Amino acid sequence: MAQPAHPTATHEGIMASPASEHGGGFPPFESHTFLSQLIWLALAFGLLYYLMDKVALPRIQAILHDRATRLSSDLDEAQRMKSEAEAAGAAYEKSLADAQAKARTIAAETRAALSSEAEIRRKTLEAELNDRIAASEATIRTRTAEAMGSVRSIAGETASAIVERLTGTAPDQASLDTALNRVAIPH
Amino acid sequence: MAVKMDPIHQFELKPLVSFGHIGNQEIAFTQSALYMFAAVGIIALITIVATAQRSVVPGRMQSVAEVFYEFIGSTLRQSAGHGSERFMPLIFSLFMFVLVLNMFGMIPYAFAVTSHIIVTFALALLVITTVIVYGFMAHGTKFLKVFVPSGVPGWLMPMIVAIEIVSFVSRPISLAVRLFANVLAGHIALKIFAGFVPALLAAGAWGAISPLPLALSVAVTALEFLVAGLQAYVFATLASIYLSDALHPGH
Repeated sequence: MAQPAHPTATHEGIMASPASEHGGGFPPFESHTFLSQLIWLALAFGLLYYLMDKVALPRIQAILHDRATRLSSDLDEAQRMKSEAEAAGAAYEKSLADAQAKARTIAAETRAALSSEAEIRRKTLEAELNDRIAASEATIRTRTAEAMGSVRSIAGETASAIVERLTGTAPDQASLDTALNRVAIPH
Repeated sequence: MAVKMDPIHQFELKPLVSFGHIGNQEIAFTQSALYMFAAVGIIALITIVATAQRSVVPGRMQSVAEVFYEFIGSTLRQSAGHGSERFMPLIFSLFMFVLVLNMFGMIPYAFAVTSHIIVTFALALLVITTVIVYGFMAHGTKFLKVFVPSGVPGWLMPMIVAIEIVSFVSRPISLAVRLFANVLAGHIALKIFAGFVPALLAAGAWGAISPLPLALSVAVTALEFLVAGLQAYVFATLASIYLSDALHPGH
């Protein structure tokens, strides 16, 4: 190939291969296509960048963010409900324990009240009985004393009557008393 | 038949609508541009149409969008650290764009947009420009600390700074060439191995060993799917790492 023939092939690239059948050079190095490729690349990539920057990425980010907040709020809600249920359980346990304690107190109080009442009643009854016993004893004692007094006068009268019948004369009061005193039963 | 065997033919741009020339530059709506807009359409379908209902319990397509979002988000956070959220639209767009274009390239008879170095270089340059512009905007001249690592002895400093500058400048080149070369080489290899099959079948008795390149091209296809996904990820990760320099220079 003669040297002057080369510049006439204006569209030939820097790595023009004379062996290739399609007439041109090595397509990626054919510099006459560069400007056109750059223009379309700039338009296509610019459009892509605009779409991604303004529409796609904010939207995907919002979707992911929404999901994350939704998940965490749901988890928080579940946690809150769990602690609420636990608090309710604890409150139930507490009220149960309170009720049991209250029941125990009431039972104990009632028992104490009843037993003290019974005690009081028993004591009054006892005192009453004691009084009555004492009164009875006093009556018995006076009656005994009275009876004992009557025994002496009856014995005197009987003795004087016996003596009068035997002797014909009534004994005088002084000798009767002496005789009675000699046989008197000591109380 | 001979044209179909040419492994370079698949990378040729075919103008669908031509708008004339500027200098020696032909301005045309090519199949490459069509694939670019198709990629934008697919990505919009996944990330915008599928998420339109904003379901708390996502459907399949919305799950895909969410998985991509969280995957890129975590990659960016791990690579660029605190404050990297502002670059999420850029990294997400880059990853999805490169991924979908690479995957389009795997469809038989389709065109791989990322096999053209001007496309990958423009994307790499976009990343580096963002690093430089944001770095100076956020940190002023302190951004230059990127070239001055801390804890280096003074006599070593000139050499280290020179190395850092070279490494910084080579970043867009490596970023662009890595993606471009992977896609290009993969598609050429695929075409060559697949081309062996009819070539051997046409060569009489040699046709007996034609299952070999067939099996190989199946394996290479699987590998290319891996490369298509992996290179998109590598591109996004490296871009994130470079952006971390703009966020936290001088460490």
